[in-house]
Amino acid sequence: MKPGHGEIVLAEGDVAVPEQERELIEAFRRELDAGMWAAVPTAAPGGRREAELVKSFDEVPRDAERVIFFPRAAGGAAAATR
Amino acid sequence: MGLALGTAAVVLIVLLWELALPTLRSTLASAREWWAQRRRASAPSGYDPGRERRAEQRARALLRSCVDRHDWELYRDLGFLRVWGGMGENGGGADASYAYLVYPHKPIVAYVCATGELLNEYCVAFPDETKPFGSARLPDSDDVLAKWMALRADERRLVGEANMHLPGRQVDPERVRRDLARLRRWEQERERVAARRAGTRGSAREPVAHASGRELPNVRTA
Repeated sequence: MKPGHGEIVLAEGDVAVPEQERELIEAFRRELDAGMWAAVPTAAPGGRREAELVKSFDEVPRDAERVIFFPRAAGGAAAATR
Repeated sequence: MGLALGTAAVVLIVLLWELALPTLRSTLASAREWWAQRRRASAPSGYDPGRERRAEQRARALLRSCVDRHDWELYRDLGFLRVWGGMGENGGGADASYAYLVYPHKPIVAYVCATGELLNEYCVAFPDETKPFGSARLPDSDDVLAKWMALRADERRLVGEANMHLPGRQVDPERVRRDLARLRRWEQERERVAARRAGTRGSAREPVAHASGRELPNVRTA
């Protein structure tokens, strides 16, 4: 997710192919080093949609279709504006 | 005589030109700078008025692909998401004791499901200080999705990162109560439509139960 743009595809590949997996790992690390959070959308038993925050590539389920990176959460503005 | 006067006139003109030249040059330079500044100020400077709109369309598509159909339709119709609280009893599902309303670029509002009582506001933002496209703000639907993912994945962490305030600090409590009432009506309408589709006549006139089987609470409007 990028401000002013929305979704941007950073890398695509198959984790079963070593070369592509390396590229995915590099892209993953690059984003985390830039301070982004990584989340994997999942489906719980029963079909309910969930999300899982991951801190390393190893935590990404092997069958995950995508990892979404978004800026790290920070305390919002304290000013009272309605 | 005529020749002398003519020569004197030419010399005078040349002298005046030499004297006026530096002033003329600086005046022309100032004028050129002024025009350049004016052009820069009026030029669109690469701004694309459709960019934000396209960004929001992409963000909506992403949100739709990540959340439940019910939640997507709720956001599409009412402009906010409800996320069940996961830290209380029966947490995480429709039987949760509390829930959050997630608005784009506004604090997350926690409330008690049974009474509609507002608990807290959690001010949280996802600023991208690299401003890759000139802004630090995510599109509205991306902001909602980021909050949804963070709440679903690690509610405690998100709440810990947020600035907590009493209700009414940034979001008008009356607006939240109206939104809870809208949400209740919206779900009742869905139940009615589902009942009609299922061919169960009469069930739509019965007290409408929530998807979890629990009757929806009345929302306080005081």
